[in-house]
Amino acid sequence: MSARNRELLNLGFASLVASAAFASVSIVDTGLVNARWLGYVGVVFGLYLVAHVVARFTVPYADPTLLPLVGLLTALGLTVIYRLGPEDARRQAVWVAVGIGVLVATLIWLRYDYRVLERYKYLFGVSAVVLLLLPSVPGLGERVNGVKLWIKVGPLQFQPGELAKIFLIIFLAGYLRDKREALAQGRLKDLGPLLLIWGAAMLVLVQTSDLGSALLNFGIFLAMIYVATGRALYVAVGLLLFFGGSAALYNSIGRVQQRVTVWLHPWTEERVYCSISGKLDFRQNCDSYQLVKSLYSIANGGFGGTGLGKGTFTTVDGTQLIPYLNTDFVYSAIAQELGLIGAAGMLLVVMVLVARGMRIALIAQDGFSKLLAAGLTFGLALQTFIIVGGVLRVVPLTGITLPFVSYGGSSIVSNFVMLGLLLLISNRAAATAVEQ
Amino acid sequence: MNKQITRVAGVAMALLVALIVATTYWQTWARPALAERQDNAIQRVAQFEIKRGLILSPSRVLARNREKRVGGRTFYFRRYPQGRLAAHVVGYSTAGRSRTGLERSLNPILTGSARNLSSLVNQSLDKLNGKPITGDTVVTTLDVNGQKTALEALGTTCGAVVALDPRTGRVRVMVSSPSYNPNDVESAYGRIEAIKADCTPASPLLNRASQGLYPPGSTFKVVTASAALDSHKYTTASSFYDPGYCTVYGKRVSNFDTERPFGNLTLATALQYSVNSVFCNIGLKLGAKRILKQAKAFGFYERPPLETPESERLPSGLYKGGRLYDPKRDSNVDAGRMAFGQERLLVTPLQMAMVAGTIGNDGILMRPYVVSKTVTPNGKTRARTKPSKIRRAVSPATARDVGAMMIRAVQAGTGTAAQISGLEIGGKTGTAETGVAGNNTTWFICFAGDPGQKPKLAVAVVLQNQSLTGGATAAPIARQVMQALLTPTANP
Repeated sequence: MSARNRELLNLGFASLVASAAFASVSIVDTGLVNARWLGYVGVVFGLYLVAHVVARFTVPYADPTLLPLVGLLTALGLTVIYRLGPEDARRQAVWVAVGIGVLVATLIWLRYDYRVLERYKYLFGVSAVVLLLLPSVPGLGERVNGVKLWIKVGPLQFQPGELAKIFLIIFLAGYLRDKREALAQGRLKDLGPLLLIWGAAMLVLVQTSDLGSALLNFGIFLAMIYVATGRALYVAVGLLLFFGGSAALYNSIGRVQQRVTVWLHPWTEERVYCSISGKLDFRQNCDSYQLVKSLYSIANGGFGGTGLGKGTFTTVDGTQLIPYLNTDFVYSAIAQELGLIGAAGMLLVVMVLVARGMRIALIAQDGFSKLLAAGLTFGLALQTFIIVGGVLRVVPLTGITLPFVSYGGSSIVSNFVMLGLLLLISNRAAATAVEQ
Repeated sequence: MNKQITRVAGVAMALLVALIVATTYWQTWARPALAERQDNAIQRVAQFEIKRGLILSPSRVLARNREKRVGGRTFYFRRYPQGRLAAHVVGYSTAGRSRTGLERSLNPILTGSARNLSSLVNQSLDKLNGKPITGDTVVTTLDVNGQKTALEALGTTCGAVVALDPRTGRVRVMVSSPSYNPNDVESAYGRIEAIKADCTPASPLLNRASQGLYPPGSTFKVVTASAALDSHKYTTASSFYDPGYCTVYGKRVSNFDTERPFGNLTLATALQYSVNSVFCNIGLKLGAKRILKQAKAFGFYERPPLETPESERLPSGLYKGGRLYDPKRDSNVDAGRMAFGQERLLVTPLQMAMVAGTIGNDGILMRPYVVSKTVTPNGKTRARTKPSKIRRAVSPATARDVGAMMIRAVQAGTGTAAQISGLEIGGKTGTAETGVAGNNTTWFICFAGDPGQKPKLAVAVVLQNQSLTGGATAAPIARQVMQALLTPTANP
C-alpha cells in the first residue's frame, strides 16, 4: 500500500475514535442520542481530508502517520474544549482550519525543496529574537497573568513565542550544520555563539518573566547542539549556565520565585503570605490554588476516568473551579474525564509522534534536514513535558500550551507549520530512498 | 549524527514516560489522600452526584436526599427532617461548607467508597448503566423523642445532655444547646449566625456534649470516692470531721454553699451532701497522681471513642495553657482542690456520663457508640456494632459502694430533684464556680434503673451561666430525660 493510502486509512481510524468521543460528550450534554456531533466530526475530518489530498500531490512519500496522529490530538483537544465551552470549541475549530490552511500553504510553497530555508537562516534567527522580545515593546505587548507573552494589534491577539520557537529551530539547524565541525573541536573561541544564545535566553526570561518558554527554547538549543557536535559537555555546561542563571535571577524575578515555592510546597498547614490578596491564607487557597485544584481534578479521574462530559469542573451553581482549564490545564480536564487510561493514551500518541519525528531525523540525508527534524520533534516532546509536568507537579508550573490540544490560535497555527516541515523532510528522505 | 539523534530520542521518550508515571502516581497512589482533603472542592461537588446513604434513628429519618437537576446533571442534596433535634451528632454535608458530625466521619460509608470487591463490581455496573452511586445507610442509636425532651428542657440555656445505656455503651441522647437547623447551613447561614442563647458567644455549631470542656465541680467527687475506696484506705463508714473548710498549703478552702460545718460525719454522708472539706482531705492524703490514675481508668486523658469526627471529641483531664496536662509529680497539682473538681480540671459531658455509667455497670466501662449498624442499598446489614468493654475502671465492691452513696444523694441529699417514683436513681450534683458570682457551671450525673436491677441509663447534664446549684438546675433536666427514656408511655 502506498504511503498516502495508509495515511487515508489511518485518518479513518482517527475519525472513528474522534466520533466516539464527540458522540459521548454530545449525549451527556443533551441527555439524548442524536447525530448533531456528526457535523462536527465531518467538518474537522473534512479539513484533514483536504490536507491529505494536498499531501498526495506535494509530499507523496511522506510519513503516513503524522497527519492522522495530529488529527487525533486536535480532535481530542476540540472534544474537551467543546465539553468545557462550546463557544471556545467553535473558535478553536476555526483555528484548526487556519492551521490546516497554513499547512497546505507550507506544503505547496516548499514542495520542490524546503532546504531553501537554510539560505535565510540569519533572517530566521533575528526574527525569532525580535518575535520573542516583541511582547515587551511598550504599547504592543500585553501582560496576561504576570507574563508578557502576547502582542495586540487592534482586535488581534497573538502569542509570537510559538512562531519564534520554529524560527529558532530553523536558524539553529542552518547555523549548526555550518559550524558543527568547528564546534565539535570544542575550542574556547567557538563557544561564543553558545554564550550569546544563553545570554539571549536570559534576556528573554527577564523581559517576559516566562520561565516556561525560556526553558523550552534553551532545551531545544541544547538538544540540537548535542545532535550537531556529539559533545555532552556542551549540554552539561549549558544546563549549568541555565540553572545557574535562573538561580541568580531567582531573587529578582518574584514570579519565578513564587512558582518554585508553589511547586515545592503547594499545601501549607498554617496561613502564609498570599501574594494575590496580600493577606495571610493557606497556600492551597491562594498562590497554589490552580495547581492544587488541578491535582484534585486529575486524582478524581482515577483509573478509568469519570467519562467524557461527566467530570466535575464547576461548583454546584456552575462557577468554574479551575482557571485556564482549556489552555494551561487542559491536561487535568483530560485526566479527570478519561482517567489514567485516556491520559496515558494521549501521551502515547505524543510518544508515537515523537518516535516518528525522530525516525525522520534518522533517515534524512543531509545535516540540515536531520537537525531540523530532530529539533522540531524534541521541541514537541519538551513542550509537552514542561506543561504536563507542570500540571503534574513534576516541574514548576509555567503557562505554555499543550501542542495541538490546548485552546489557542497561535499555538495551533505554529504547530501545523511544524507538521508541514516534518512532512516535507520525510517526503524528501523517503523519495531519495526510493530513487536509490 | 544518527547516534546523537537516537540518544536525544531516548531523552524525549524518557520525559514523556515520566509524565505517564506521574499521572499514575496522582491517579492511583495519591488519590485517596487527596480525596480526603477538606479543600478538595472537586470531590466535594463530585460527591453530590452520589446518592448518599440515609442516616436513621431506630424510628425516624435523620438525613435523606433531595434530588435536583442542574445543567443536565443530577445532584443529591441533603435534607434533615428532624431539623435541630439531632444536628450535632448527625452534622451536615454541604457543598459550600464541607461536612461535620457523622456526615463527615462516616463519609466513606455514606458515599459507598469504603468498598469491598463485590460492591466495587456493582458500582462499576451502575456507572456503565448511568445509575448514580448509592452509599450505605447508617442507623444510629439516638432516641429522637429523648433528644426532643432534652433540647426542650434546656431551652435557651447553654449546655448539653448525654444519656447512654451503661450496660452496652449505646448512646441514646446527645444534645447540645443552643442547637441549629442543619438545613440552614447551605442556604441560610445567617440564621445560624443569628442564634442567641444565654451565653456569648452562643456557638450553636459546637457539640458541647463531646467538644465542650467544663470544670466538673463536685461530680468529680465520684472519681475521688472511687479512688479512695479502691485504695482500701477508706470505707464508706470512714469518719471525718468537717470544720466547714479545709486547709491547703496553709490556706483555707471553704465548703461551697454552706458556712455551716457538719462536724463529725462519714464518707457516705459527705458524698450525700457534697462536703468539700472531706474530699479535700482525701485528696491531700491520696495525692493527685493516685486520683488521676483513677480518672484515667474512667477514660480521662483520651478522646472518648465514638463514631463522630475526632476533632469533635475532646479528652477530659487537667488542662494547662489550653493543652492537656499530665503532672509528673504530686506536688505539681493542688490535690485538695482537684479532689472536689476544681484546680484545672476540664471535662466533657460525654466523659461524665461514662463515669456515672461505669459506677452503675459494676465498675466496667463500656465503649460508647452511636451507630448501631450500616445497611447496604439492597437492605442487607453490612456491619453491626457489638457492645465492647473498654476496661474495668473500679472493683465491683467499690462500684457498689459508690453507687449506694450516689443513691443516698438522690434519696435524701443534694440530688432529690431527680427522683422518679418506681425507679432507683443514683446521682451526683456539681456546681463549679467560674469566678463570677451567680455565674456557675452546674452539673448532674446519674444512673437509673428498676430497683434491684442493673441500671439501664446513665445521664450527664451540664448547664452554663447558672446562679443556682446543680441540684436545683441540672437534676430536674436529667429527671425529664430519664422519664422520657425509661417510662413506657413516653417511649413505646
